[in-house]
Amino acid sequence: MVGVVNSQVVFERPAAMSSVATHYCPGCTHGVAHRLVAEVLDEMGLVEKTVGVASVGCSVFAYNYFDCDFVEAAHGRAPAMATGVKRMLPDRVVFTYQGDGDLASIGMGEIVHAAARGENITVIFINNANYGMTGGQMAPTTLPGQKTTSSPAGRDVEQMGFPIRTAELLATLEGAGYVVRRSLHDPKNIRLAKKAVRLAFETQVRGLGFSMVELLSTCPTNWGINPVDSLQWVEDHMVPAFPLGDYKVADAVAQIRLR
Amino acid sequence: MPKELLKGNIAMAEAAIRAGLEGYFGYPITPQTELLEWMSARMPELGRVFLQAESELAAINMVYGAACTGARVMTSSSSPGVSLMMEGLSYIAGTEIPVVLIDVMRGGPGLGNIAPAQSDYNQIVHGGGHGDYFPIVLAPSSVQEAIDLTVLAFDLAEKYRTIVVVLADGSIGQMMEPAELPPMKPLKTTRPEWATTGATNREKRVLSSIYLQPEQEEITNLRLLKRLEEIEANEIRYKSYYLEDAEFVVVGFGTAGRVALSAVRMARAEGLKVGLLRPITLNPFPIAQLRQITDQVKAFLVVEMNSGQMLLDVQRATMGQAPVEFYGRLGGVVPFPDEILAEIRRIATTNEYATNGFVRRNWLRRLETLVDGGE
Amino acid sequence: MQTEIIIAGFGGQGVLFAGQVLAYAAMDAGKEVTWIPSYGPEMRGGTANCTVIISDEEIGSPLVRHPRGVIALNLPSADKYERLVAPGGVLVGNQSLIDHPFSRTDITHVQVLANELAEQIGDRRLTNMVCLGALLALMPVIPLEAIEKALENHLPERHKRLLPANFQALQAGCEVALKNTMHAAETLKNQ
Repeated sequence: MVGVVNSQVVFERPAAMSSVATHYCPGCTHGVAHRLVAEVLDEMGLVEKTVGVASVGCSVFAYNYFDCDFVEAAHGRAPAMATGVKRMLPDRVVFTYQGDGDLASIGMGEIVHAAARGENITVIFINNANYGMTGGQMAPTTLPGQKTTSSPAGRDVEQMGFPIRTAELLATLEGAGYVVRRSLHDPKNIRLAKKAVRLAFETQVRGLGFSMVELLSTCPTNWGINPVDSLQWVEDHMVPAFPLGDYKVADAVAQIRLR
Repeated sequence: MPKELLKGNIAMAEAAIRAGLEGYFGYPITPQTELLEWMSARMPELGRVFLQAESELAAINMVYGAACTGARVMTSSSSPGVSLMMEGLSYIAGTEIPVVLIDVMRGGPGLGNIAPAQSDYNQIVHGGGHGDYFPIVLAPSSVQEAIDLTVLAFDLAEKYRTIVVVLADGSIGQMMEPAELPPMKPLKTTRPEWATTGATNREKRVLSSIYLQPEQEEITNLRLLKRLEEIEANEIRYKSYYLEDAEFVVVGFGTAGRVALSAVRMARAEGLKVGLLRPITLNPFPIAQLRQITDQVKAFLVVEMNSGQMLLDVQRATMGQAPVEFYGRLGGVVPFPDEILAEIRRIATTNEYATNGFVRRNWLRRLETLVDGGE
Repeated sequence: MQTEIIIAGFGGQGVLFAGQVLAYAAMDAGKEVTWIPSYGPEMRGGTANCTVIISDEEIGSPLVRHPRGVIALNLPSADKYERLVAPGGVLVGNQSLIDHPFSRTDITHVQVLANELAEQIGDRRLTNMVCLGALLALMPVIPLEAIEKALENHLPERHKRLLPANFQALQAGCEVALKNTMHAAETLKNQ
């Protein structure tokens, strides 16, 4: 560019992210979540010693977007697969990246037991209140009355029960070191989410047990709302149903001071 | 090493450990539980990984993850547990990584019972998981063979980047026999060039079973098939008894094979020219070996502890060139040698073999008579 | 040459261990041998049995319908196996728990008051060794000394102090069997 002097980099792709366009829909917060994880891997210098575990859902191709080793799990089994990797390579950093159908429906058994064992892995849990990849069906996190392609009249709690609050559920387990819920609907919350992701990886690096950050996310395409309104919808509807907060912070984790 | 009196399950566990096993993930189920119990004591003692998973589903996916690191890893289970593992096995096959599974089969379908059976033949040999994949399947008939084949399983799994199943049954798992364990092998110190171990000073690696483009998936399938051809060319194993002048040949694997050996000896003592071919590799199946003796044989008798799952493979091998008769016991019942002897006598002395193509139906009628008769 | 022996009784009577001792002795003597238990729920308090096959060549079937030798440590086992012993075979019964004499005339059989003998020697748990001694007296497939050697070599360390009592039980079973069996043979002749 002509006439620009003293140019300064104020924003760039994290080194831990691959230089490829993602397949995510416009306005989807997966990209934000990816970025937060990548920034943390960069900050902590972990890229070369990390093995990611992708799951089945919209983030099935997560392995294309991170510059670390990756394996691809069967639907719901990422915590078990991550357990296998971590047990064989205890000095490596292992994280799973799972959606709500994957983690809280088909994979509920694996996530509960990984947390109960205090498996020293980090879980990034994307909660967008529906099955995104298959086109917006009802998920275990779908809100009461929420219309999806498989609950066209709205989620009927008499028939289909209530949403599962995974962070609260896992927080009851002794093995959980750090379990929190954050949201990606505005810059302030994104900054808080970033800190939580950092603390989750710090928990793992220090060997303090299972860590999970649940991230409330948007799905404009399947919700049928534009991206900006989707962010508002998270704030108006999801945050009340899935309160943000720290559900389990083990004493040793609370002692961690980030520089 | 001197011979020791070893229980099959424990012998297989210790053999795996001595073959350089680095990680074991499993779930208790009879009649293989002693294998898991042995691992739970021995692996930590050696500073290696043992983990009791919350389910077979988790166990096979833990093995999946562990195998991605390039380490020697395995799991073990019994029939209903192996059914639960089918998803993971298909993924492992699609990712082309080495994993060893020991299946100590029991009676089914469903919860069935814990008695010895061979009814996992189809789900293991012909693939119970989805997609086209071909595990190597090794069928021991004694404790010594269970040891030797367990050790071999790891080498074959790594050589061909494939799943190797040691297909035993409750009888092999629970039996004690004098056997010799191999010396302790040192653990591997290198990792294969595909292993996901953290991209330190190298390009990142991805292990997955996704090939979104059908053309790419087809290429993957062709690669698996090519590997199968290589396996078929190099790895067929079987044991034969009294085949030289045999006019009738019994075919049976594992426990059914050794029960048949007793019957064949009794028949020989009666002057009947009977031999036994006991396939040790069920995949690759000794097709050429069976085909080769088809000319000299008046009839084959397949003996199994299932409803004739291997029978179809023997028929495929012999291509209708000789009659193939069948005798099986089901649901955890182990045949006695005298039952098989009666079948051999029937075939050898009456020439009453099924030429009408209804081998299984004829057997079923005979078995119903036997079972109704207060067996 | 192949010999099949079934040892049957209640769980807790040392059925499986008696079979293992026999198998160890056979192995130490350089024989082929298989030991296979009835496994599963019946192990826990119900009836238990194991089959030991000793042979000079590779053993085929690990199970037989008609064993050459049977030790029946309780009544249900006696009732089940008396009819199954191969003609010319041997049946040893634990008379302490069996309320009627054996009736087969084509086999050698004997009943031993094994519980009482074991208690006299000092431990009810020696019932199995008394009966094993009795079986081997009538069916010398393995010399008694080899069994003693096997016990020495394979008895868990914490039980080693029981070795002399085990030897005594084997001997006692052997002696009583030789005495009573002759008596039984006489009875048969007189019938």
